[in-house]
Amino acid sequence: MLNKMEPLLDRIERGEVLVADGAMGTMLFSRGLPHGECPEKWNLERPEVLEEIARLYLEAGADIIQTNTFGCSPLKLAQYSLDDKTEEINRNAVRAVRKAVGEKAYISASCGPCGRLLKPYGDVDSEQVYESFHRQLSAVVAEGVDVICVETMTDLNEARLAIEAAKETSPGTPVMSTMTFDDTPRGFFTVMGVSVRQAAEELAKAGADIVGSNCGNGIENMIRIAREFKKCTALPVIIQSNAGLPETKAGSLVYPETPEFMAEKARELLDIGVNIIGGCCGTTPEHIAAIRKVVDNFRSM
Amino acid sequence: MQVIQQLAEALQKGDADKVSRLTRRAIEEPVDPKVILDHGLLAGMAVVGEKFKAHEIFLPDVLLAAKAMHAGMDLLKPLLIKEGIPTLGTIVIGTVQGDMHDIGKNLVGIMLKGAGFEVIDLGKDVAPEKFVKAAQEEGALVIGMSALLTTTMPVMKQVIDLAKERGIYGSVKIIIGGAALSAEYARQIGADAYCFDAANAVDCVKGFIVA
Repeated sequence: MLNKMEPLLDRIERGEVLVADGAMGTMLFSRGLPHGECPEKWNLERPEVLEEIARLYLEAGADIIQTNTFGCSPLKLAQYSLDDKTEEINRNAVRAVRKAVGEKAYISASCGPCGRLLKPYGDVDSEQVYESFHRQLSAVVAEGVDVICVETMTDLNEARLAIEAAKETSPGTPVMSTMTFDDTPRGFFTVMGVSVRQAAEELAKAGADIVGSNCGNGIENMIRIAREFKKCTALPVIIQSNAGLPETKAGSLVYPETPEFMAEKARELLDIGVNIIGGCCGTTPEHIAAIRKVVDNFRSM
Repeated sequence: MQVIQQLAEALQKGDADKVSRLTRRAIEEPVDPKVILDHGLLAGMAVVGEKFKAHEIFLPDVLLAAKAMHAGMDLLKPLLIKEGIPTLGTIVIGTVQGDMHDIGKNLVGIMLKGAGFEVIDLGKDVAPEKFVKAAQEEGALVIGMSALLTTTMPVMKQVIDLAKERGIYGSVKIIIGGAALSAEYARQIGADAYCFDAANAVDCVKGFIVA
């Protein structure tokens, strides 16, 4: 039984494994989001679609449902000239999920990269990036979320700024932070050169309560990444894998990993001791339902 | 020629100030600008490219090296132009319309410049018309298109169709890159090559010149 009143971290502390939801972006595209459109514009125009997706993931058995706010920092929204609507876009995303799930699941505020590189590699200052995350997260926190998810990060400094902004905005809200790693002959590194060990240590230092990895290229790599995380940290670990890398089949794009395949592999994540399992690009409510089953079987063992 | 060796090393370290200083010193010596370019800046960048390919260094190191290379090129370019030293050719690159992801595309630009090509970077969210027009106006050798999103990939075909309509398809080569792409996709839409990473893009483009 879901007990919404109990804080998320307490349930993990007691040894419970939680299921997070699956993809948002690919679900929106399959519902007609035109390419080139800002995926978060639908927070203003089509909130009913967000409610539907949240409801589907809830019915699939997710304990944690994410808001459609991945690209909702004003720096990122500025690419679509929507930065002046930052508050409204973030607020609407939280409201849509709340409306769909009520108190039956934790609401997680997604917070993705700002889309710009920090100096000296790129052209934005730390202060600008911090302010940008702070503005986004203030909006979601004001609306009421249970957890903040700083995700798909590749630059440790950027992740750190987002975590710090989250903690400054709401010290009591748990922060999950995930990075995206590539498999190289020398091990797993983000494109900016961050290793799993560095991620585990530095994200924790910045204040993350839960660390891990999302996106990537398939759940089999994620099993190896999860193993490394478990070696490097005592914090709870979250894994949200893509359903593999998309392939073109007969002109359309397909994510190769089926719900059955991912669920079978999720079993290995449970053996390793991963605390939260969800999906990323290409996963659907069917994937989450299959993972839910595996988690429930594991729990009853 | 010690200065040229030092220049290549400073570039690998991404030390833009030192690269400026050494380029200036080499020009004053005087070292032939073509030698400064080939054996200093481009040689240094080639090492950076190799190390990146081998995962010995990462994106930040490449970005800093690229900045250092720009610092040197700013000083060298007027001389190269004055002496009529041609580049290897012009490449027009951009991220296709609707797609805002430019890290991969920027890296391709860096690597191509580092290999001695003139790069016209149209930025991100680039309309098909803009690609084709730039290629025509600049007398480009190659159009390079990037897309990260599976939803923006189809725009690549629009660019190719427009290139056919304008009669530059075939004479201007077309390369594509992006996480979700494949050689198979390149064939389907009529691109000349799919490049799996930035170093591979350079190899592809060099292949076109030799051919």
